[in-house]
Amino acid sequence: MRKNLLKTLTSGLLVTGLLAASLTGCGSSDKADGSAEGGATEAGSKAAGYRTLDEIKDSGVINIGVFSDKSPFGYVDENGEYAGYDVYLAEKLGEDLGVDINYVSTEAANRIEYLQTGKVDIILANFTVTEERAQEVDFALPYMNVALGVVSPDGAVIESLDDLGADDEVIVISGTTAETYLAKNYPDIKLQKYDAYAEAKTAFENGNGVAWANDNTEVIAFAIENEGYTVGIPSLGDQDTIAPAVTKGNETLLTWLNDELVSLGSENFFHGDYEATLLDTYGADYEDELVVEPSK
Amino acid sequence: MANLGIDVLFKGTNFLRLLQGLWVSIEISLIAVVLSIILGLVVGMLMTLNNPFLKAILKVYLEIVRIMPQMVLLFIVYFGTTRVFGWDVSAEASAIIVFTFWGTAEMGDLVRGSIKSIPVIQFESAWALGLNKMQTYFYIIFPQTIRRLIPLSINLITRMIKTTSLVLMIGIVEVLKVAQQIIEANRNSSPNAAFGVFAVVFLLYFIVCWPISRLATYLEKRWE
Repeated sequence: MRKNLLKTLTSGLLVTGLLAASLTGCGSSDKADGSAEGGATEAGSKAAGYRTLDEIKDSGVINIGVFSDKSPFGYVDENGEYAGYDVYLAEKLGEDLGVDINYVSTEAANRIEYLQTGKVDIILANFTVTEERAQEVDFALPYMNVALGVVSPDGAVIESLDDLGADDEVIVISGTTAETYLAKNYPDIKLQKYDAYAEAKTAFENGNGVAWANDNTEVIAFAIENEGYTVGIPSLGDQDTIAPAVTKGNETLLTWLNDELVSLGSENFFHGDYEATLLDTYGADYEDELVVEPSK
Repeated sequence: MANLGIDVLFKGTNFLRLLQGLWVSIEISLIAVVLSIILGLVVGMLMTLNNPFLKAILKVYLEIVRIMPQMVLLFIVYFGTTRVFGWDVSAEASAIIVFTFWGTAEMGDLVRGSIKSIPVIQFESAWALGLNKMQTYFYIIFPQTIRRLIPLSINLITRMIKTTSLVLMIGIVEVLKVAQQIIEANRNSSPNAAFGVFAVVFLLYFIVCWPISRLATYLEKRWE
């Protein structure tokens, strides 16, 4: 009998507990929306659109999408602060606009989505300008040059993509120029796709693929830092540029951004940026090759 | 040993950030798990009813959850709803919605299975004693169902906790993302940090999931 009572009690408690939990559960999920995010999206005022320059200024916060795991362009240092070539520019933009910056950690594959849904105002995430992308978002003036490159282990350097065997797999990061370029121009090459930079790097180091195709800045830096790897193909495809991007049609922000970039360019701001953030990785040799001072 | 790169975790606030990231994962999964259990019990009960219309709807629901990768669901809820309806759902809310949507379906299916496994005679005896349908479920069926459910749902819960790593795709910086950030920020000084840092992440997930499975074992024994 006692045991039965206990059972009834337990089940009764469970039911009450579940009911209570359902109520508090809803409550706390609401709370999580507001507090935990720290404003990554809460500032997005107009639905499914974009925020004009004035709306950004009025809100006092600009949402900028950057990489958080792509040193030296956009990464988080040991104190939890964003840093890198893109972030150096972002800081300057925030300062000149007179607003606080809310950094949003983006991945290569979701940068366009973020702009199209207005969840960020500007993407400064090593964003290569392509025709396809230019139909989806509006690019501002470029501030860097880039081509594709292919890095492979010293023992089996790939110097031409025609050298690849039928079973050889090339590592790429989803949503990058390298993926699109290879899929379009070399449809026979087997691609091994990873969502995040860190995963692709780990996979390449573990020998999951014979080569890694990425922006040449990336592969040059990788080969300088890691012994045993050579950039067999330093420049593949067309020379491209990297530029900030805003939501398609956001004229006010785009105009301001272009004027700002031109004025920064006239001060040689981006050479300073290179020296502050990229010099350690690429050395002085690549400075004039990589940096573009935006001009009209 | 010196080259495992665990030392990068003690630079600056790195370890604290990793723990904060872990808390983000736990918070999302905890809320989603609690909601899934509650809603799953309801859905599971509905699944056992002999209403063909309801059955068809729930069947479609369950199949959608099974077929759709969680990543796609996350993109639909986070970006899709903004695009189509103009709703600005925060990343955390999107994650909780998706994980609850998923957890409820799977939990519901587990509940359905557990209820079905209870002999019909239990229902009949309860009705013979004069209990109504509600009472039968709450006093007779649910207590037995929950006991059978525990080992099954632990599997689901730990799976949900681990799958929260996907939320990095909608900009939430959780434990795995912090780990990647730490590894990347130190790729010059500690190229081997990936091993050490991921090992620590593994340990953190273990520390979270292990007590849950211990609790399950305890409850199973206790209710035997």
